[in-house]
Amino acid sequence: MIREKVRLREIAYARSGDKGRNANVGVIAYTEEGYRFLEDQLKAEVVQAFFETIGVEETVRYELPNLGALNFLLKGALGEGGSRSLRIDAQGKALGQALLQLELMIPEDILCKCRP
Amino acid sequence: MIKIGNAQGFWGDQAGAAARLLIQQPDLDYLTMDYLAEVSLSLLAVQKERAPTLGYARDFVEEFRGVIRRWEEGSHVKVVVNAGGLNPMGCAQACAELLKESPCLPKKIAVVIGDDVLDELKKGDDFPNLDTGESLETVKDRLVSANAYLGASSIAEALDQGADLVITGRVADPSLVVGCCASHFKWKFDEYHKLAQATVAGHLIECGTQVTGGISTQWTAIEDQANLGYPVVEMKEDGDFVITKPDRTGGFVNEQTVKEQLLYEIGDPDKYLSPDVEVSFLELSLSDEGEDRVGVTGAIGRPPPDTYKVSATFRDGFAAEGTVALFGTQLREKASLSGQIVFERVRQLGFALENTLCECIGLGDVVKGVIEEGDDRALREGMLRLSVRDSRKEAVECFAKAIAPLVTSGPQGVTGYFQARPKARPVFGFWPCQIPVDRVATDLKWVEVE
Repeated sequence: MIREKVRLREIAYARSGDKGRNANVGVIAYTEEGYRFLEDQLKAEVVQAFFETIGVEETVRYELPNLGALNFLLKGALGEGGSRSLRIDAQGKALGQALLQLELMIPEDILCKCRP
Repeated sequence: MIKIGNAQGFWGDQAGAAARLLIQQPDLDYLTMDYLAEVSLSLLAVQKERAPTLGYARDFVEEFRGVIRRWEEGSHVKVVVNAGGLNPMGCAQACAELLKESPCLPKKIAVVIGDDVLDELKKGDDFPNLDTGESLETVKDRLVSANAYLGASSIAEALDQGADLVITGRVADPSLVVGCCASHFKWKFDEYHKLAQATVAGHLIECGTQVTGGISTQWTAIEDQANLGYPVVEMKEDGDFVITKPDRTGGFVNEQTVKEQLLYEIGDPDKYLSPDVEVSFLELSLSDEGEDRVGVTGAIGRPPPDTYKVSATFRDGFAAEGTVALFGTQLREKASLSGQIVFERVRQLGFALENTLCECIGLGDVVKGVIEEGDDRALREGMLRLSVRDSRKEAVECFAKAIAPLVTSGPQGVTGYFQARPKARPVFGFWPCQIPVDRVATDLKWVEVE
């Protein structure tokens, strides 16, 4: 089976924001096939590892198969919370764009069914 | 079927949006506007300390001028806003003042009060932090505001009694929409399926243009993004609704914009909490109802908790941030050194700063560690952003003065320092907690302009 390296942005779109000192990133697959692949591959640990550098304490994943979407709650991602955080992205607005850059290995025959 | 629009996603959203939406969508039955983010009330508390007649979102009063003009031209739109902040009565009086001269009278303004629970929090019992479990005692003497997120029932009651404008303080954002629906369709507050649908509708439009193309991943495909339409919900008696926007406005409403906004700032999608209903998103289903029209069905509603969520804020020192541009080679090294110089000077002047951060925008510091660092020998540019937070105002002021001298005493390639002396601003910590519903007394007050 031939696998291809793709960025998450090729098969999904996203939006992020703040929830107190936590952030969330909603990831939505373009196709049903894409959702099944992401449900299987885009585990909480993968996202946790991706955002390790911003100091996420724990990542919780919620599945919304009805919308072809996954919601990642990034606990502690905003340090001390919106108003106290010194960071430029104190509200986690950029995290969706960041996560879409994640690299995934995907079988070639599945990939063609995941693109919009 | 009723049409409910939203013309304000946050305090600071586009000026004149209410008037524009009412012109673009003249058959709107209800117009909602959302002004209160988590920390907004702390800013209003500071305003109110300076002048007791303030403490509400004054921007709304300007927007309200546009509404009056539409009323004068025959519109019967009912307006529901949370612009009241810490002084909803003051907001109502300012609006009444504008109305006095208008030929569209009589008009009734209802004011929802009771969300302010600061006195309750200052009493004996503890209100532990919902996130951390810490005792309120750690910040009690520094509390600035404490407001319960009220639900839709007072709004519905106000509309039932003929209010043309309903002004609230803190209410849950979606409750603005739920209140309109519950009043219009005479829903009971145990019809959880319908309340859940209306809550999802409110969640979708509470951030204004975020559901009509704003911040969309598909931003390159959006036409006329300078004129995004504000969202409109077409709600049916049974709770099923379509989300859309006025014709001939920019942006689009499609499955993608709706899904992105459904997932915006949520936690567990099976337990979206509001004071009206607990909502599950897990059976939601979207349908294509034509151009810029998406149907939404399937929200599951369960009884709400018997507590209100409270958002309290407390004084937490001061903060400031300053920026200068950096240009040249060894930019990462230049940025770190510049930061060290500034913080070291402040230390020598007597202030070991409690919290400092040195970021270089352009080198991958917006989301640290995601963008590859690149070759520091290459010629590059970026914005150095230094920020501090400290319990001592003098320490922050000392820092503010220490940035500009980088231009003459820092490394070569520092420029763009014209805004380098920032102001020390007060910081407010956020304290989420809960209060039993029966300890919150809500009430309606009326300002009638004849």
